Formats: sequence, structure tokens, C-alpha cells
Amino acid sequence: MRFVDEFRDPEIITRTCEEIRRLADPGRHYRIMEVCGGHTHAIYRFGLKDVLPPNIEFIHGPGCPVCVLPMGRIDDGLELGKQDGVIFAAFGDMMRVPGAHGSPLERKAAGMDVRIVYSPSDALKLARANPDKHVMFFAIGFETTAPSTALTLMRARAEGIRNFSVFCNHVTIIPALRAILDSPDMRLDAFVGPGHVSTVIGCRPYEWIARDEGRPIVVSGFEPLDLLQSVVMLLRQMQDGRTEVENQYARVVPWEGNRAALAAMAEVFELRPFFEWRGLGFISQSALRIRDAYADWDAERIFDVPGIRVTDPKAAQCGEVLKGVLKPVQCKLFGRECTPEHPIGALMVSSEGSCAAYYNYEHRKAAAASLAPV
Amino acid sequence: MAHGAGGKATRRLIDGLFAPLLLDGAQLADAAGIEVDGTRIAVTTDGFVVTPVTFPGGSIGELAVNGTLNDLAVSGAKAVALLATFVLEAGLPADVLEAEVRAMANAARAAGVPIVGGDTKVVEHGKTDRMYITTTGIGRMLPGVVIDPASVAVGDRILLSGPIGDHGITILLARGELDLEAQLRSDTRWVFPLVEALAGAAAPGLRWMRDPTRGGVATSLNELALDCGLSIHIAEERIPVRDEVRGACELLGLDPLHIANEGQFLAVVAAGHAEQALAAVRAVPGGEEAVLIGEVRAEPAAAVLVTTRYGGTRIVDMLVGDPLPRIC
Repeated sequence: MRFVDEFRDPEIITRTCEEIRRLADPGRHYRIMEVCGGHTHAIYRFGLKDVLPPNIEFIHGPGCPVCVLPMGRIDDGLELGKQDGVIFAAFGDMMRVPGAHGSPLERKAAGMDVRIVYSPSDALKLARANPDKHVMFFAIGFETTAPSTALTLMRARAEGIRNFSVFCNHVTIIPALRAILDSPDMRLDAFVGPGHVSTVIGCRPYEWIARDEGRPIVVSGFEPLDLLQSVVMLLRQMQDGRTEVENQYARVVPWEGNRAALAAMAEVFELRPFFEWRGLGFISQSALRIRDAYADWDAERIFDVPGIRVTDPKAAQCGEVLKGVLKPVQCKLFGRECTPEHPIGALMVSSEGSCAAYYNYEHRKAAAASLAPV
Repeated sequence: MAHGAGGKATRRLIDGLFAPLLLDGAQLADAAGIEVDGTRIAVTTDGFVVTPVTFPGGSIGELAVNGTLNDLAVSGAKAVALLATFVLEAGLPADVLEAEVRAMANAARAAGVPIVGGDTKVVEHGKTDRMYITTTGIGRMLPGVVIDPASVAVGDRILLSGPIGDHGITILLARGELDLEAQLRSDTRWVFPLVEALAGAAAPGLRWMRDPTRGGVATSLNELALDCGLSIHIAEERIPVRDEVRGACELLGLDPLHIANEGQFLAVVAAGHAEQALAAVRAVPGGEEAVLIGEVRAEPAAAVLVTTRYGGTRIVDMLVGDPLPRIC
């Protein structure tokens, strides 16, 4: 398959791993944060830890939109969605995320009208097809998905579709990175920058990380070779004493980002003064809300939002795991009370969450005596 | 809902409720083995719920026959007869019903197995999703075949009958929610001719078989790993996956190992019999793409491990609930 197989070529992977071994100082431990949940998933999915030297450690970052959403927002969305005549539409990613009284999928089984959509425009299509119902799209995601929500709202306004609204939970990646770098227990050497987010925002927004924080950052693709090449680029920077923003994913990510997508976002959204992140707490100017011009399609203004606050169980250490202070397995609940079937923290829900990825792909492997090829 | 998706929750429901109360702790397989006057008989039953009712390559009626025949086949039994029960939604168009009954008749005739009886219930509109079909099959065990996960030993080989994921991805696309199109058909078929050839060539070395339907290859192999307490190691590059299935999985963030199949089976064969078994399956029309995908090892116990060509490994668990696409 084009654009996939060439990035999984065993020979090139082996050569790249050899280069990583040459570049890495054996006396040093490297802590590299992959910001994006898609990278976390790929690292486990492709078993990259097995091919990297042990002194290169990936720390899993906050870039999993489902994981950082506080449970109260899910409950708010479900409360609005369960009103008579409302269709609750969301991405498949959201369907298993537990609210205080069950996940969207459990609510669907109990009779609530919950639909899985593959894009916000599919939710708008639902609204056109069900003129006697109100379709509320539960929007999540970083800058990756925010432009498509924005374009859908622009379409809804242009067509005058009034039985459609968006419950906006879009967040932005840069303030979360700032919160992590500001955290006193943060110990990171370098960053693998998010791939999909950067297709929209470009590489410039990361310059402060290199310039002010002195950390190299390489924006990376999602195939095994992308990630390994990004590690090579980071190690070279560290060896040369450089701290720069580099773009490994140039085949997809333009340095300046996608201007049309950014313009759509600017047209529809504005920054919220602050927003709560699960595990990280309130972060100022870290999330998007719908501008006044689109108020008629803003579920938070059309409906009374209950404003539910749910405190995460004290024993769950999602925040520490999100910031990279703890490994998933070091959380007291990991694999015991908290499993992919019965997730307590959201990191266990999404397959991009570091706990679920670790549980699904890594857990129990440690026991393997021999991992020789079959 | 997850309790019906064939993965972990289904297993817990069976182990926690059905087995202790109904089955007296009997061992669970695709079909139950009983002995009648010295003849080894296999009995199985399966309920079929599919949306949409017809899809490229098959339909619910054809699935209802072949699904149950396949459960008998992978239990090492040659089907003798089938029973069919219909639960129909009031208002179901007569031509839809007739088409499915014809599909059942054709599938049964092709396999040479008579449908000897059944039952029909009609429920109010809205109380079912068009039609549910339950089929029960009875079969005679093939001579010399004993399917028992406890007999699986370190060093045994894993055989897979052909490419995976065709059925599950076809159904996903046929629901029309995705705006994705592919030239793909369900793999639904009767697998007994392949199983019979395998048993004929390697019966003394044949330990275990299963058809990886809901929950896919990953779930079937995890069930095996749990039942035998050993480790199943499979090599990712040896697992045949069509480009259409791979492409859809890459786009949607799904793992082909979790996608349902309706015309494939997995077998564990002693190492000394593996090559004969493979050659026998490949010699049957429709078995040309069979492969040996891995082997049984001791560690990590009760787990399935996938290895990649470049040396990466990952644990593959059972599916929890239905596979859901990842978007954001």
C-alpha cells in the first residue's frame, strides 16, 4: 500500500535503529515526550520500544482529546442529548468514554438517540434528514478537527439549518504544552511534535519551545519510520547542541500551516478565558468557544447547560501520567480497578490514551522470556 | 451491548452466568460434543442479527446456514441436519423474507445438509430489527479428530485459512455511513471442505480449530491462549489482509485482527503435521491463500503476541465491545 509500506520497510527500520544507537550517548537517559495520542498509539502498535535502545524513553503527552476532557463535560453533553427530540451525534472515539452515569454507548443501549458520525458534516446531514429533530454534535479534538467543525457551522448558517447545534469541546495544543513545561516535576529532554495538529497550525507555534525552553522539537508522521527518523533528528540536535523546530512530516505538514483551515477557525471560534483539562486542571486560553455570530448554533447557548463537575477518583493518577511524571503501570489503579473494559480515567478509554495503549499492547509482555521472531 | 460483541464482555457473561447455571461447568467450544450410543455427535446453535440484511457477497439467510455449518466444521464435525427459527418484525416485506429463505435453501443445498424443521414468531413493528434467524445444527464427528485446547503444546503451529477482515469491513461499508467505497465482498462461505482436507491430512496432529467471527482472529486466539494457558506468537507480515481491508483499517484506526470473518478458520497443528496440513488446505479450491502464521510458545502465558518483521512486538488483546472508528 503506497504511503504506508515504504514507511514500514524492515531494512530501513533496522538501519535507522542502528543510527539511533550510534547517536545516543550510552551514559545518558533521554526522555522524549510524544505530544500526540496518535503517536502514543503508533509507538505501541508497532512495538517501537523493542527496537530502540533502553536509554531512549517515550513519555506520553496530553494530545489525546478524549483523555483530557473532564467527565463533567461528557455528562453535560449527555444531559443535553437526552432531551426529547434531540439526536446526540459524536465521533466513535467518544462512544465508550464514561460519564458519571454511563458512556454514550451505554446511553444508546438504554434508548437514547446516539449516532456515530465520521465528520461534523455527517451530523449536519443528519439534521437535514431529520427536520423534526434537533441534532447536537458533541465536538471534540484539537486543531486537527476544529476546522471541520468550523466549516460545518459556516455551512449550517449559510443554509439556514436551524435544527443543528454544536456542543464545543475543542481545545488547543500549545497552552497544554506550556502547562506541562511549567510543571515543577517536569523532566523532559525533547519533543516529538504532533503530526495532524501541525497540518493545520504549522511549525511556527512551537518556536518558543526551542527558543525559550531550550528543548528540541521535531514534528513527526505516524509510521514507524517517521517516528524513528524523528528520534534521529532529535538526537542529532542534542549532539550538536542545537535546539530547533524541525519538520520530519514535511510530506504533509506545511511550515506555515493550512491558512484556509485557520481562517475558518478564526471565523467561527474564539478563545475561552479558561477551560478545565482532565488531569491538568484549569488552563487559561486553552479551548475554543463559538463566536456570537454563530450563537444560534451553539448548544451551550441554545440549551441550559447543567455545568456538572465530577471529581476524578482520588486514587487515579491521570494527571501525573498525562504530564509524564508517572508511567501508566505506576498508577495505583492500573490494570486493577482501571482497565479498558472498566476505565476509571479517560487515559484508559481511548486507544490513543497512554494507559489503554500500554495495557493493550505492552502489559504482560514483560513476562515474555523470548521475543525472537516467529 | 458489548456483551453481544463476541469479545471480552461476551466471555465474561458466559463464564460468569451461563456456564455455571446452565452448563454445569462444561467446557465451551463452537459446538458441544455428546456421545449417543457410541457415536460422537456435535450440536451447536447460533443467532444471527445483521444490519443491513443483505451486503456484498452474502445476506443474513446465507450467513445463518453457513455460520452454523462452520461452527460444526471447526468442531471437527460433518453436518447432518439444520433447524431454523425466525423472529420477524411485523411489516417485513414478503419479498425480503422470500429472498432470505431462498438464500438459506441455496446454502443448505450447496452443503448437502437438509433443513429439517423450525419455528416462526412475528413480533410488533419496532421490537426487532427486520429479522433475526437462529439456526441449530447437528453433526457427526470426523473419525480421529479431537478438538481440545488442553492438547495444545509449545511448538505447535497456527494455520489460517485465508485473508482476514473481508466480512467485517464489507458490513461496515455496506451500512453506508462512511462514504467509503471499496471493491470488497464478505468472505462468507462453507469452510467444511477445507477442514475435511486438513483433518484427512493431519488428524493426529490437529489440536484445535475455530472460526474467527465476531472479535476476529485476535479474540479467537486469545480464547485459545486463555484455555491452554500458553502464548500464541503470530508474525504480522504473514497474516494475509487484502489492500481494501488494510486501507479501511488504516483510515479508521481499526486492527484487522479484530475484524469479523465468516469464511475463515484457524487451526493449531502439531509442528510435525503443519506442512502436510497446509498443503492439504491449499489443494482445495478456496484454500490457496492458507498460511502458517505463527506458533505456540510458553511465555507470555495466556496472551497473544504479534511480532513485526523489524523486531517490534505487541500484545493483542480480545476486542472490548464493537470496533469503533477513531477520528480525532
